[in-house]
Amino acid sequence: MGTFLFNVFVLLTLVAALGVVVNKNAVNAAMCLLLSLVGVAGLFVALNAYLLAFLLLLVYAGAIVALFLFIVMLLDTRGDARPTLHKLPLVARILAIGLVVAGVASFAARGTLPEPVIAGVPALGASLKLYAYQLFTTYLLPVQILGFLLLIAMLGVIVLSKKFEGLEDIK
Amino acid sequence: MIHATLNAYIVISVALFAIGLLGVLIRRNTLVVFMCLELMLVASTLALVAFSRYNGTMDGNVFVFFILTVAAAEVAVGLAIIVALFRQRQTIQIDQLNTLKN
Repeated sequence: MGTFLFNVFVLLTLVAALGVVVNKNAVNAAMCLLLSLVGVAGLFVALNAYLLAFLLLLVYAGAIVALFLFIVMLLDTRGDARPTLHKLPLVARILAIGLVVAGVASFAARGTLPEPVIAGVPALGASLKLYAYQLFTTYLLPVQILGFLLLIAMLGVIVLSKKFEGLEDIK
Repeated sequence: MIHATLNAYIVISVALFAIGLLGVLIRRNTLVVFMCLELMLVASTLALVAFSRYNGTMDGNVFVFFILTVAAAEVAVGLAIIVALFRQRQTIQIDQLNTLKN
């Protein structure tokens, strides 16, 4: 049962990720991104990282994909069908796809990692307490820097999206 | 309870990263390129969690925590930039944003 679920989540992740790449419509691409994230969250659960799976769904699926959808709807780029200046040559596109496929295939075929013994390894990611302990001892400084980063990002977004009166001539 | 080898997780992560990279390379819509960037970030987090689980350490998990936060900030700023760009140029197609060319 567990292996079956694992395969389902792997398939969901990769197929939905391909859907993001090939979908013409940006709204459909965002929905595929959502599905792919659900798949990754399932893989996190299979790795006993329950908090991270929950956070992935909450932050990515809840906030980021919603933001993407909001911007896609706001910009409404369907009328954006002006002829493009340079068509990406078909050769380059096929070459890109071929290189990516060849890279993954060669990694999957030959790159065997030394397999750690999993039997006695504790699932540290399963306990909330350890996250709190790590965040408030070893990683205390990064947590504070992250707080500043969020503040800076917030201020940056406000500056970017606000129209300033005196700055119109810069355009 | 573990259903797959570490190698399987890393292959999935590499495949997801490669798909994201492919999207960044061949798509022209800036929003979709940005979504593919997010896919690449998620792929790297999957590798971190897998390594962390199989080696019995906590560091990878905490790093994923940080990556999630940075990704949220990055998406907010990136989408604001895209909206500002659209206001100026009325397009977000990458090959039409060529002011710096020549």
